[in-house]
Amino acid sequence: MMNKQLISRGLAFLILIVCTAAMISPIFFMISTSLKTKSEMLLFPPTWIPQSFQWENFKELFTNDEIKFGVLYQNSIIIAVLTVIGTVFSSAVVAYGFSRYRGKGRNLMFMLMISTMMLPYPAIMIPQFLLFSEMNWMDTFLPLIVPAFFGSAYQIFLLRQFFNTLPNELYDSGKIDGASELRMFRSIALPLSGPALATVAIFSFVWSWNDLLAPVLYLNSQEKFTLPIGMAAMISSKFRIAPWNLLMCAAIMAVIPVVALFAVAQKRFTEGIVLTGIK
Amino acid sequence: MKLSASGRENFYFYLFIMPWLIGFIIFALYPIAASLFYSFTDYDIISSPKFVGLANYQELFQDELFYKSIWVTFKYTIISVPLTLILSLIFAMLINQKIPAKGFFRTAMYFPSMVSGVSMSLLWFWIFNPQIGFFNYILSWFGVKPQLWFLDEHLALWALIIMSFWGMGAGMLIFLAALQGVPASLLEAAKLDGASRWSTFWNVTFPMISPIFLFQLIMAIIESFQVFTPAYVMTQGGPNYSTRFYVYHLYESAFKNFRLGYASAMAWLLLIAVLIITYIIMKTSNHYVYYEGGKES
Repeated sequence: MMNKQLISRGLAFLILIVCTAAMISPIFFMISTSLKTKSEMLLFPPTWIPQSFQWENFKELFTNDEIKFGVLYQNSIIIAVLTVIGTVFSSAVVAYGFSRYRGKGRNLMFMLMISTMMLPYPAIMIPQFLLFSEMNWMDTFLPLIVPAFFGSAYQIFLLRQFFNTLPNELYDSGKIDGASELRMFRSIALPLSGPALATVAIFSFVWSWNDLLAPVLYLNSQEKFTLPIGMAAMISSKFRIAPWNLLMCAAIMAVIPVVALFAVAQKRFTEGIVLTGIK
Repeated sequence: MKLSASGRENFYFYLFIMPWLIGFIIFALYPIAASLFYSFTDYDIISSPKFVGLANYQELFQDELFYKSIWVTFKYTIISVPLTLILSLIFAMLINQKIPAKGFFRTAMYFPSMVSGVSMSLLWFWIFNPQIGFFNYILSWFGVKPQLWFLDEHLALWALIIMSFWGMGAGMLIFLAALQGVPASLLEAAKLDGASRWSTFWNVTFPMISPIFLFQLIMAIIESFQVFTPAYVMTQGGPNYSTRFYVYHLYESAFKNFRLGYASAMAWLLLIAVLIITYIIMKTSNHYVYYEGGKES
């Protein structure tokens, strides 16, 4: 009995080691290529470790006038940060409303809200595009940022699940102290929701950071491009200005903020997932 | 302002959900209705929309590229979604055992999920490079000849499917959290009753995590109906339309060929497809999804 368990655990361990190596190897390869010289990156079979580490590749990425990586980076950060602020704030307000008040038609509203989680963006993007171009918002960041201030269904759902776990007694004691409804939201619900809010912030940051389709529709001039469009342009045959090692540098630079966020918030993030249970 | 108790509830409820309600009307309800309207018109942005009845739909059903885009999306979904889900569940279960370096495995398996979007496409475009790519190099260890991948119409979609497995870490993390929520007492009881591991999984573990499995399944299918980034970045739908995903076809029809009416018809069919699939999955899920504290009606 004991032996059988040990064998199965040993087997699991072995499988995990092999699969982890397979999963990690593309990342290893990405980092290694980013530090190679132009001639070394074209070698086949590829070298695992660069003969000499070309840290200048990263410098070149930012100083190259055609790529304008710094501008792309800045644009993406502006859009993502404003999206996060908008999403977290509005989603928290709406989720609180759904969790705390039993207004008439609540179930219907909630059903509608849930069903928009499944609404594919491509199905509604054409009228949205026409709407925003009517408002003269083309080639600005507004179409990418403003909708975030009206809440995101997925995040509202996640936060509502969290608010539902807060005991009613908290609000009762708030009421006795004469706190207004707005005040209870601000001073009772929000301070207790750290992990859930962090989860929402990370989700919306990553979503905005990686989004390609909407920026492609709305941004035309190169100085407005976000990282995803700029990077896509770097490998499209039209521009083809960047060699592979610089492309890998770009991919790494684009991933770093995401990794940093997860690293900082890992504990809270996992707590958030467990708490809301996504069920 | 004096309000009755229920009046107060109504007032605050609608006050708090107001941002969503306004956004819902402007950014969801109106576009859904408007795209239905546009789908009955011929519209090229420059001149105003001309009503053409069902012509767009008729044309769609005679358009070979439309069928091709459905087939590509269907094939990708039917292979990538179930395999990715099952793999992520298997790895969650492997990591959930009493093994050393759990934290390391969890992080290492999850790490690739952070390389998403265009970064992922850049990386895999390089990995599948026909001349100097890493994938052909690994295959050469097993004596497999170098392949053309994104230049080969029979392999391009498969390359994207392989790439999609790489992102299974996100699902794994959620399953891991779900597995840790299965009460140890239930597993103990199954063990005491002499249940095999296989039957413990099917009768205890899976029912307990089935609502999360269902949620993941629906979201994964909807997401895979909307694949756009790899087609836009790497293949432009080629070679020979072998990676012309539905949404990529929609995008090109609307914003490259400026056939907004035609693309709106596609948008509506996408909406209907998502509705139908979600409905079917929800209906059939009653057989295997277990909700704690009774069935959800």
